Amino acid sequence: MNLYNYILRMADNSLILGHRLSEWCGHGPVLEQDIAMTNMALDLIGQARSLFALAAEVQNEGRTEDDLAYLRDVMDFQNLLLVEQPNGDFAHTVVRQFFFSAFQLPFYQNLDTILTNPKSKIQNPKLDILRGIAEKAIKELTYHVRWSSEWVIRLGDGTDESHKRMQLAINSLYEYTVEAFMSDDVDKQAITEGYGVVLENIKPVFEETLKTVLTEATLTWPQNVYMQKGGKSGYHTEHLGYLLAEMQYLQRVYPHSVW
Amino acid sequence: MKEKVYKILENVTDPEIPVLTIQDLGIVRDVRIEGEEAIEIVITPTYSGCPAMSVIAAHIKMELMANGFKNVKVTEVFSPAWTTDWLSESGKKKLKEYGIAPPVAQARLEKLLFQVPPSVNCPRCGSDKTNLISEFGSTSCKSLMRCDDCLEPFDYFKCH
Repeated sequence: MNLYNYILRMADNSLILGHRLSEWCGHGPVLEQDIAMTNMALDLIGQARSLFALAAEVQNEGRTEDDLAYLRDVMDFQNLLLVEQPNGDFAHTVVRQFFFSAFQLPFYQNLDTILTNPKSKIQNPKLDILRGIAEKAIKELTYHVRWSSEWVIRLGDGTDESHKRMQLAINSLYEYTVEAFMSDDVDKQAITEGYGVVLENIKPVFEETLKTVLTEATLTWPQNVYMQKGGKSGYHTEHLGYLLAEMQYLQRVYPHSVW
Repeated sequence: MKEKVYKILENVTDPEIPVLTIQDLGIVRDVRIEGEEAIEIVITPTYSGCPAMSVIAAHIKMELMANGFKNVKVTEVFSPAWTTDWLSESGKKKLKEYGIAPPVAQARLEKLLFQVPPSVNCPRCGSDKTNLISEFGSTSCKSLMRCDDCLEPFDYFKCH
């Protein structure tokens, strides 16, 4: 059951950020960036679908990927607070993507390594599928890190106005990043069961990416701020409820309807 | 028997790039014959969110059923992850003729940041004076480029 929760978290992160990015569809500042954001939304929702399908199989209670995406409420979601934050201006979207991708890429890289050389000798075909999803996602997340980093640099080291907006976005979103690296019971149990990523180990990788990119972008990140947490245990900011109300609208009005 | 199946699968094309068959793309990973009329086709998605996959799976089933197979199963596997290295030579040629620049190099672990864009020849005029406009294009597998000689924008099937 811990494996179910562990996979569900990854799926929730991808689904919620994927949905946020899809909200830009038709509203991007220029056509190419509209397409870039919806391409990333597609990657994330694709990953979420594979993960939800796997989680449903692990749970083995006859639920489907759609049930997990559309028929759960706010408290059931275990995504990071970071990914549910509203799009704001383009600077907020870019910074949110940069923070999340700088965490997600090393997370999946570690997961891939752990599942390739499992410590426990117990063979679990579900873990092989999870490793396959991670291996595939890594290639896609490389683009996400690059796209968001380049925009952080371009806008941070851009005009006075773009610099100001980027700094504001960093100041308002940074407090949601640390939650990603705080191990809770699910993370610890996952390590005991042989498939968990040691979050403390990927934090330096995340910080190194931030340092490299933000320095180049002439931006700073806040020190000694209060860090928000709760998403992983189902305590969310008010924004997630509104997001789900829109995303789950059809299933709430016509339960179990299919295409 | 397997050869006959691969021959039938040549009729299944990518709905978004109709000049390529699924074998040109390298997404058919295995054909498993299970008795006289039962068969399993193992495919791998190009990108996690590729919307063409369900259409491709449906086409595979239709083609094989039209050729007498009663029980057709299409299974998706993720590992090893699809790469443009599996694109056939004839597939690359067809892409170029279709107006999409084929991938220019072997997919490798690319530099994460500040990567120098690859040197790609314009599929229209052949010039190598081209620029990357965006790594993201009209589908997941393509990026958007522009030729500085004939000034036309074009799609590039990016190394992945």
